Formats: sequence, structure tokens, C-alpha cells
Amino acid sequence: MSEALLKVESLEAGYGEVQVLWGISLGAERGKLTTIVGANGVGKTTALRAIAGSIRPWGGRVVLKGEDVTRLTPHVKAARGLALVPEGRQLFSEMSVEENLEMGAYSRHGARGYASRLERVYELFPRLKERRTQRAGTFSGGEQQMLAIARGLMSDPDLLIIDELSLGLAPVVVHQIFSTLKTLKEEGLTILLVEQNVHLAFALSDYAYVIAEGRMFTEGQPERLEAMPEIRQAYLGL
Amino acid sequence: MSTLLQVENLNKRFGGLRAVQALSFSLHEGSILGLIGPNGAGKSTVFNLINGVFAPDEGRIVLGGQDVTGEPPYRVARRGLARTHQIVQPFMNMTVLENCVVGACFGRENLALGRAREAAREAAVLVGLEDRLDTLASQLTIAGKKRLELARALAARPRLLLLDEVLAGLNPTEVERMIGIIRAIRARGVSILMIEHLMQAIMSLSDHIVVLNSGAKLAEGLPAEVANDPAVVEAYLGDPDLAAKLRAA
Repeated sequence: MSEALLKVESLEAGYGEVQVLWGISLGAERGKLTTIVGANGVGKTTALRAIAGSIRPWGGRVVLKGEDVTRLTPHVKAARGLALVPEGRQLFSEMSVEENLEMGAYSRHGARGYASRLERVYELFPRLKERRTQRAGTFSGGEQQMLAIARGLMSDPDLLIIDELSLGLAPVVVHQIFSTLKTLKEEGLTILLVEQNVHLAFALSDYAYVIAEGRMFTEGQPERLEAMPEIRQAYLGL
Repeated sequence: MSTLLQVENLNKRFGGLRAVQALSFSLHEGSILGLIGPNGAGKSTVFNLINGVFAPDEGRIVLGGQDVTGEPPYRVARRGLARTHQIVQPFMNMTVLENCVVGACFGRENLALGRAREAAREAAVLVGLEDRLDTLASQLTIAGKKRLELARALAARPRLLLLDEVLAGLNPTEVERMIGIIRAIRARGVSILMIEHLMQAIMSLSDHIVVLNSGAKLAEGLPAEVANDPAVVEAYLGDPDLAAKLRAA
């Protein structure tokens, strides 16, 4: 087993008085694509938020590259190599493509080698280069997802976390984005993604986790999980 | 078994969004009906149509043989319907008992204060809050507030109770306890229509399940029937074709 770039241990989190995560543990190995699947409302996005630091974990540990980062703020985590592509993309819609990418490289770490990384990102997503001066808000859903991923890459992350990769996207766009992720993976990037389409998640990933009701339901190699009737049970309760 | 609630061809649009489309189902007196579906399927909108928060664009809602379509919530409450909210809304600066008294005063029987207190106390006992009657709602834990939300609805002495995610955010012990309370309420003859994300719980509690997807009814039947329905499985697990195409490419 290769080294885990990210290790999450017994993570608990919630909102106000409502606890959503009841102690989940997972890992993301270097250079691998790991997915988290699960039905609506089971805590997938909450887990990503707690890992990235946009909400404060109630308990448990988040370890990045061997270092405990549980209590660090999102911008500090970003500077240490973690990038989150949030649900709904959250682009700066009034800004141009290039301005959004510039914002992604905001940290001191990200600012280093800015020009060459911009070039690389444009290579990965030629469509963005063609439209570098266009306002992000005028983009289609697929283009917005590409820009959101590109913005995440601009911080020069070791770990790229993507929430709801395929939500609302046409199959052809999903295909395009996935082949780009594959390239990035081959270059050594570690990717953790949340995906609602179970079949898609299993087709894409090296390792998968299934969350049900705020807990880890099962985990394993996708080929093994796909055959399990328990997956249906995790989603439908019967 | 007689029909307590009948929903016929319900439609509701919000701007361009068809939140509820041609929805029909009925609920038998004394039964528990579970309404499930992915986020944004329209479940809470259905609740809001039934208890009169919104009027439907089309369709009919018949409660206990009376057409209540388009009636405001306080009138529907008088006809024997009470509900809880997903995000609990107790009167924070009132005690547990006072909160329940409000439910009783404005419920099915419009009780005067003295009798409302009796109904309120009974409801508090049923949910296990009898030793917290003088506690301010704001001082309760989330589990306590959830039980208070239920008690306030029960104090109205409803025939039909709508439960919107009463189990969400509770720990396993509290979930077990709440499931016991729901069973006890039904045993007293109150019919229940519930929305719940905890699938194991709703599948074991419900006599009948209606599955919504994009505002329309996708399936209905016994819990085991809907859990094995391919259309339902696809709505929850996603379209298998997309993955097949990616693998082929």
C-alpha cells in the first residue's frame, strides 16, 4: 500500500446543534483517485468542508502529508497544498476567466511559478484559453466546472478535492473532465471527489468509500463494491 | 380501512420550476405513509401544499372527506392536521408546557386554556418531556427541541400528523427513542405522513411508501417493493449508462 497523502480519523462535524458526521475515517493515497459516494443528505459535502476547513470539525483528526491540520483555517490549508472545488463551483462570476485563475493562485505558495502554471492549465483546458477574457458568469455548467477545477489547480495543490463532479453536466463534458483528471493523476496529483452517481464513481476511482447516515458504511476497490447488494441498502435502507 | 387523506393531481410551479407534478396518493386512517425521494424532489413542498402554506396551482386535497384545497394553515389545523418542521421552531422564551399549550389552543379542538393545559401535559408525557415542563425551550438540547416540536403538534390532538425529518441530527440512542415515540403515537390512532432521510428508519416504520423524483411520483407500494424497484434504485444510485459510456470510451 502506498502512502496516504490525506488521512481522516473519526471526523465529527455538524451545523449549529445538529450533528451530521458521526466519526468517519478515510484516506487518500498519493497519485490515486478516491471517491466518496452516498445518498443525499448523508454528510458527503460536510465531510469535504470539515477536511478543507470551511467548517470546524467537532472531533477527530485531519492529517495532510503527515501533519495534523485539523484546526487550520482554509487559506492555511490551501497554502499547504489542499485545494477544494466546492459544490456549485462558487466562481467569481463578475470576473474574467483569467482573473478567476489569478484568485486561485492567491497564496504565496500559489504565486510561485504563476506564469508556467497558467500555461499548463490552459493546455489542460484549451476552451478556457480561448475565453480568457470572458466573464465566468456567462459560462455553461460544464465550462464553469472546468474553470472551477482549473482555479483549484492554480494553487499548485498536492490534493485536489472536488465536490459533486458530475452534477448537472452533460455526459460528454463529464467524459472530458474525467480524462483531464486522469492526466493529472498520472502526473502525481492526488484527487478526492464526491460523486452522487455511484456507477460513475466506481468507474472512475481507484478506491471508494460509501457513506450512509453520517457514518462510513463500507469501503474498498470499486470492482468489489459494485457487486455488493449492500450498496443499494446504504441508499434505500432495505 | 377508510381513507383519511386524498391528494389528487396536485400541481405546483415556482416560476419555471415544476415543484410538484400531477401527484396523487392516499393515506389510510391509522397508517404511516413515508414520502421519500432525493433532495429537491418536492417532498417539503407537498407538506406545504397539504397544510395550506401554499395553494396548489391545480389539484385537490381531501382531508377526512372534506375538501381543504387552498385553505389557510390555521383552518386546516382546525380540521385535524398538525405538523412539525425540519428546522424546529419552538417559542424559545416560553416553557415546554407553554409551547404545547399554544399547540392545543390553536389545534383541532381550539381548547380553552384550562383544557389546553391538560392536552399539553398529555402530549409532553407522550414524548417523554414530563419532567421538563417548566424548562424554557431555549434550554433544551436539540433532541429535546425535536421532541418538543412533536409534542406541540400532538397537543393539537390531530387526526393526521405530518412529520418533516424528526430524526435528522439525532444520535443513535435518540433515534431509537424517537422511533418508539412515533410508534406509540400511531398506536393511539393518529395517522402519520412522514418525510425522512434515515432510510432504514422510514422503511421500517412505514406501512406504505411514495417515492417522489423531480416533483412527480416515481413509485409507490410496500417498503420492500419500492426498494427493489429498478426506477427507484436508479433515482438514488444514478444512471448506469453514463458510467458504461465512459468505460467504453
